[in-house]
Amino acid sequence: MELKKTPLYEAHVRAGGKMVEFGGFLMPVQYGTGVIQEHMAVRTACGLFDVSHMGEVLVEGADAVRYLNYLLTNDYTVMEDGQARYSPMCNEKGGTVDDLIVYKVRDGHYFIVVNASNKDKDVSWMKAHVFGDVAVKDVSDEYGQIALQGPKAETILEKLTEKESIPEKNYTARFDRKVGGISCIVSRTGYTGSDGFELYTAAADTEKMWQLLLDAGAEEGLIPCGLGARDTLRLEACMPLYGHELTDAISPLTAGLGIFVKMEKEDFIGKKAMEEAGEPAMCRVGLKTIGRGIIREHQDVYADGVKIGQTTSGTHCPYVGYPAAMAIIDRAYRKTGTRLEVDVRGRRVEAEVVKMPFYKK
Amino acid sequence: MNFPNDVKYTKTHEWVRFEDETTARIGITDYAQDQLGDLVFVNLPAEGDQLVCGDAFADVESVKAVSDVNAPVSGTVDEVNEALLDAPEMMNEAPYDAWFVLVSGITDTDELMEAEEYEAYIETL
Repeated sequence: MELKKTPLYEAHVRAGGKMVEFGGFLMPVQYGTGVIQEHMAVRTACGLFDVSHMGEVLVEGADAVRYLNYLLTNDYTVMEDGQARYSPMCNEKGGTVDDLIVYKVRDGHYFIVVNASNKDKDVSWMKAHVFGDVAVKDVSDEYGQIALQGPKAETILEKLTEKESIPEKNYTARFDRKVGGISCIVSRTGYTGSDGFELYTAAADTEKMWQLLLDAGAEEGLIPCGLGARDTLRLEACMPLYGHELTDAISPLTAGLGIFVKMEKEDFIGKKAMEEAGEPAMCRVGLKTIGRGIIREHQDVYADGVKIGQTTSGTHCPYVGYPAAMAIIDRAYRKTGTRLEVDVRGRRVEAEVVKMPFYKK
Repeated sequence: MNFPNDVKYTKTHEWVRFEDETTARIGITDYAQDQLGDLVFVNLPAEGDQLVCGDAFADVESVKAVSDVNAPVSGTVDEVNEALLDAPEMMNEAPYDAWFVLVSGITDTDELMEAEEYEAYIETL
């Protein structure tokens, strides 16, 4: 398969981005500054991410709300224009097809953002479950997406747009706005655990927007950040990543995302399987590494010498300053303070169950 | 990229600084640290361990991944740089000062390269 490039590919190469394959795209994993400095910039100042690889899908029609309520586990019945709402999308067995964010543009018009690596699968799945007056349209190629993340994000954005175009509340968005004269959607969302915004622009305007933001944020310490920092930041904030904490075989209930699964809804795909399965035997926990070493993904977790699960993600967390991991384990061991061991390439490293997230703003 | 002349190099990006004919300190090169990115952990052997040329004797971890460090020569570990355990960033900041181990009784030195040779090799990668 040929790798796709985002509208910012040339800008990344010029800026010294180290390009790697991700979700079918060539993306910068880091720039010359390195993952740790990029991570710290987001926690203490601001970082700029190219997230144009993410997929965008429109769901439109008179039956859109009924459709979303059946397709997704969260409830979209009561929602204001401009509101954004996260949801897992499940299969009939209660496993997870993807996790995504739905924006309500207005009645009957919804804008959905999905993971790059799942986009084609998601669109097929969505189309296969359409009923009534609903149209599903993949508009991914029309959009570029830039994430401006960090405590200085609002200050930087204020230089390029008027106050009314900046959403005040988390998980809200303003549509048809201008930032630096460029049309975009301004959304107060992100995948870092810090305050920040995601801007959706026409693909052709993305590079101009990227440069405008970098220039505007120079005095605040804004730097471009790659996927490496995006991963360490989301892990520090204990945000799930599809393919790790969520998969076709992992239910959102197991992944600790029960608040996004509305069992009281009349029906949704996966509901029956979840009801039949009852409370999952396994659950997601946060692990702080106590012993020497760095726990990574797919490493076996032990309690009293017995295997009780496996890690799903793990790395050194630069801001909190210790290595940490997430794991899906037998729920009997989920209590905070429980000491466990993880097999790190043949060596047992001690870890402690701690409250998630590791970092909270 | 820095290629000092007072050390010898391997194709797997370790350096060897000889103190006499059979004693040397060992570390990873500037190129290695640049490729690995920010290093946050190192696993070192113990004093008295035997190094076998070409076999992994330590590992280093960046935020992204773990990588083995191969023994550039054979010999016995006389001393371990414990300071590196608490300050793994030394490997990024000063790769040719951040030695891992002091090794004595060194053999298997045939594959080691001079700086110029290593630099030319890097350009082919």
